[in-house]
Amino acid sequence: MKSKMFFAGSGGQGTLAIGQMIAKAAMDEGKEVTWLPSYGPEMRGGTANCTVVVSDKPISCPLINEADVLLAMNLPSLLKFESMVAPGGLLIVNSSLVPEKPKRTDIRVLEIPANEKAIELGNDRAANMIILGAIVRETGIVNPDTVYHQLEKMFSGRKASFLPGNIKAFELYLK
Amino acid sequence: MGKVLMKGNEAFAEAAIRAGCKCYFGYPITPQNEIPEYMSHELPKAGGAFVQAESELAAISMAYGAAAAGGRVFISTSSPGLSLMQEGLGFICSAEVPVVVLNVSRGGPGVGGIQPGQADYIQVTRGGYNGDCKIPVFAPAGIQECVDTIYKAFDIAEKYRNPVLIFADGMMGQMMEPVVLPEAKGITAVEDIPSVKPWAITGTDHHEGRNVVYSLRMQPDVLEAHVEHLFEKYDEAAKELVDYKAYSLDEAELVFVAFGTMSRLCMEAIEILGERGIKAGLIRPISLWPYPDAAFDLIPSTCKTVISTELNMGQMIFDVKNAVSGRFPVDFIGRTGGIVPSSLEIADRAEKILASRK
Repeated sequence: MKSKMFFAGSGGQGTLAIGQMIAKAAMDEGKEVTWLPSYGPEMRGGTANCTVVVSDKPISCPLINEADVLLAMNLPSLLKFESMVAPGGLLIVNSSLVPEKPKRTDIRVLEIPANEKAIELGNDRAANMIILGAIVRETGIVNPDTVYHQLEKMFSGRKASFLPGNIKAFELYLK
Repeated sequence: MGKVLMKGNEAFAEAAIRAGCKCYFGYPITPQNEIPEYMSHELPKAGGAFVQAESELAAISMAYGAAAAGGRVFISTSSPGLSLMQEGLGFICSAEVPVVVLNVSRGGPGVGGIQPGQADYIQVTRGGYNGDCKIPVFAPAGIQECVDTIYKAFDIAEKYRNPVLIFADGMMGQMMEPVVLPEAKGITAVEDIPSVKPWAITGTDHHEGRNVVYSLRMQPDVLEAHVEHLFEKYDEAAKELVDYKAYSLDEAELVFVAFGTMSRLCMEAIEILGERGIKAGLIRPISLWPYPDAAFDLIPSTCKTVISTELNMGQMIFDVKNAVSGRFPVDFIGRTGGIVPSSLEIADRAEKILASRK
């Protein structure tokens, strides 16, 4: 088993955090993982993407030629990276910020209005957690329980009050 | 201790702390900024001292001073910063002071860019410093290996009383991989330094006469004798420190030679070529000085080309040609400026080269 994932969005959307949550959860389940971010001078509002590889075997290369799972959190990400999805792969689109339809017909497309759903939940910053739940459901790449454990670690101490809201967001598309 | 998922730069800093680093001097430069950041809050907790220098020239000079006084010293920088440290590195070699230096390299020349590169190969293996001296250079290919290398580099530096350089790159600094962190050794107490490092400038209360750490030797015969002494150390280091890995060389038609990040891309290119019915192998130098010439004796007679594969315009290729010594054709694949090619691009270019050599 080797899964190559690519998460793209803009700085501040929590795109890199989605990748980290999956990588950490997979590591906790005993898998080999790599998490590779794009890096540059940009901060909030700039482009932000990361490549995550999860495998049963040691991972030689943290870079990927095509993605089994690709997330486009905004329109520029869809336009730039749609071609990277492997035939038969999964493309997840944040339809709240992507007014266009994907062009590919040889892949599976899942559209989630993550920002609208997050606002409905009363937590507009949890759009990435809504997406995370959908990825976990669609791919089975990690067990939801290990993700809960990661969420508890991430939202502890001063951030503990954010835990229930994020769990609610994570669960929205999980089942 | 279990595995933790850590960003390369933070893991490298933690490795130095656990190796007993007492002093870190840094000046910010991308893509290694997480190291001074991490050191600034974690090193004092471990009992060490963090100083943000006013420049790389100051950082290397502070390292020289603190190491001369017997401290375990770690410094990190990225390519243009390492250029600024060259003068200090030469002085430190001559003065025989141990310092561990990490270069999280980026594209050049000049200020260049901030994306990963290996265009410092000649600088790290040949130096920009003057005079006859050598610095052991290690090029790990993953975060765990880099952590382990930094951890043991302090002992090597102290054994040979010489700088030791670790050559990582921006991709290794920025990415995350699971690591098992080594056990914390603790910092050598000040009162124990004279017994561990009898040459260190610790004050005359601790030893007979004066200890002097210096690099000026005005008499040619004295200087020549000093350099010959340095080279006796280098001869021993060359035997002890040489390190490499060889992969799938059996019946290989083409052999990549690559280190660090590039070697990981080549590993995947070997798989891609295998699917096309081409047998490819890899020699991965881990020590860049001393260069693992002996690894090239393992190349089988089935080989049609040895391809030096680098993130630069061709720098290690001179060491490859020297090691191959005319036995096989030597070719080159590279990208520069911060571009990291895909494994597919490497496989395609290697296939074309092989066809031209058949």
